[in-house]
Amino acid sequence: MTLTAPARPATATKTLLDFSNVAMQFKNGTIALSGVDLVVNRGEFVTVVGPSGCGKSTLLRIASGLETASEGTATVNTDRIGYVFQDATLLPWRDVQKNVELLAELNKQPGAARRAKAKEAIDLVGLKGFEKSLPKELSGGMKMRASLARSLTLDPELFLFDEPFGALDEITRERLNDELIRLFAEKQFAGLFITHSVSEAVYISTKVVVMSGRPGKIVDTFDVPFDMPRDPEIRYTGEFAELVGKVSHALREGHS
Amino acid sequence: MSTVAKAATTGSPTLAISTRKVDVRKSVRQAGPPLAVLAGVVIVWYIISFALGTKSFLLPAPHRIFTEGFFDPEVATDIGTALLRTTGVALAGLAIAIIIGIAWAVAMSQARWVERSLFPYAVILQCIPILALVPLIGFWFGFEFFARMIVCVMIALFPMVSNTLFGLQSVDKSQRELFRLQGASRFTTLTKLQFPAALPAIFAGMRISAGLAVVGAIVGDFFFRRGQPGIGSLIGTYQSRLLGPELFASIISASLLGVVIFALFGLIGRAAVGRWYEPAGS
Repeated sequence: MTLTAPARPATATKTLLDFSNVAMQFKNGTIALSGVDLVVNRGEFVTVVGPSGCGKSTLLRIASGLETASEGTATVNTDRIGYVFQDATLLPWRDVQKNVELLAELNKQPGAARRAKAKEAIDLVGLKGFEKSLPKELSGGMKMRASLARSLTLDPELFLFDEPFGALDEITRERLNDELIRLFAEKQFAGLFITHSVSEAVYISTKVVVMSGRPGKIVDTFDVPFDMPRDPEIRYTGEFAELVGKVSHALREGHS
Repeated sequence: MSTVAKAATTGSPTLAISTRKVDVRKSVRQAGPPLAVLAGVVIVWYIISFALGTKSFLLPAPHRIFTEGFFDPEVATDIGTALLRTTGVALAGLAIAIIIGIAWAVAMSQARWVERSLFPYAVILQCIPILALVPLIGFWFGFEFFARMIVCVMIALFPMVSNTLFGLQSVDKSQRELFRLQGASRFTTLTKLQFPAALPAIFAGMRISAGLAVVGAIVGDFFFRRGQPGIGSLIGTYQSRLLGPELFASIISASLLGVVIFALFGLIGRAAVGRWYEPAGS
């Protein structure tokens, strides 16, 4: 890319995720990933786009420790990992407050500390006033906000997102994209975000990684030159459209 | 977003009133047909009863079930005492079935090999005709409270085991992974995730078991025919003496006991999990 480099924070670069030649073969013989090299530093928001079943989720599962790579080395330099699932995975019997407290509770943090942390996270995602609401009383977007807040209580250095907004309507998704960008700009975590949507990928990330399907391989990488936090209006600029076009093109080539 | 939700909350009281109005009409419409059926049955009942003439003890006219059954002080006392005794047996049996059933299911949920070793016996317990075992149970444990309770437990156990196990295993995969990512122990995962998630299924099982516990208490008693009479042996006594109205009164009482306990556990279940649980498809 010949465009100007994005503004980087002054903090020292810390590599939080380092995949080198990572491959994944499941017991049934399916090869989900092959030869993946991927680095995510603090202050980087990397989005992975690729067709269904290309092993994007497997990438996250390896990063989080849910799976172990069958080949190569996968290094994660932190134990503060946030993981946002495809669905909100809230516990239906707990209200928003108690749901957001869950992870701190599982990490055996004292009650007062985790309540304070949960309160802060709830405010941050805009759910103030809904602390006592049960998941069944929330919309899909609000559930996702609660899920985000829950991960935020871990104060993650590495934040993994597995297509979190895939099931939401366009307007909610765009709004949550903006919220996520705001959080990222504020917290400067390292983000790894999986999505199907090319425009979402370009809009929220500092780098877009394109994968091909079966076995999942990285076919192209694009730096996104726009400033963080992002102006929602950039979505309607020529530069943005051009980059979306290039990514889509790479995606299509990798797919065939 | 929040303004929309708040508007919806303030708008709900009027909505609730209007639905209540509709509910009255709806409940009349719902209760109408079954009441009509009941009326039809009663009419046919009277016709048959009169046609039987001297053999009317086979099917006494409905009003006689009240005049000679429920409203007869002596019969009412007998039925009441027996019913109380049976209720005690049923509830004690149910409590034991609940405890054993949940413990059994929890054990099976912890390891595949435990499930493989124990589940067949739950199924066998469900399949053997308990009636065939009743004499044996009396032979071993006597014919009083304890033996009757064992019959109860054996009949009521299976739904508790299978429902609890189903509930524990139905936890969402990603919710389980959420716990795994935090390094939650087996015990924490069980108490904070699996068990609460299983509660709706457990209460559904409890309701079925409650109904079966009443059946068990009556069956045990009916076949033992010894010791202090529960409603089962009272039914047996009335039957052998050809006391039609009393027999019908005792049978109706026994049936009502089952219905009441079933409904009671439905209410308990709703009180416990209704706040957050949404049955699929609602």
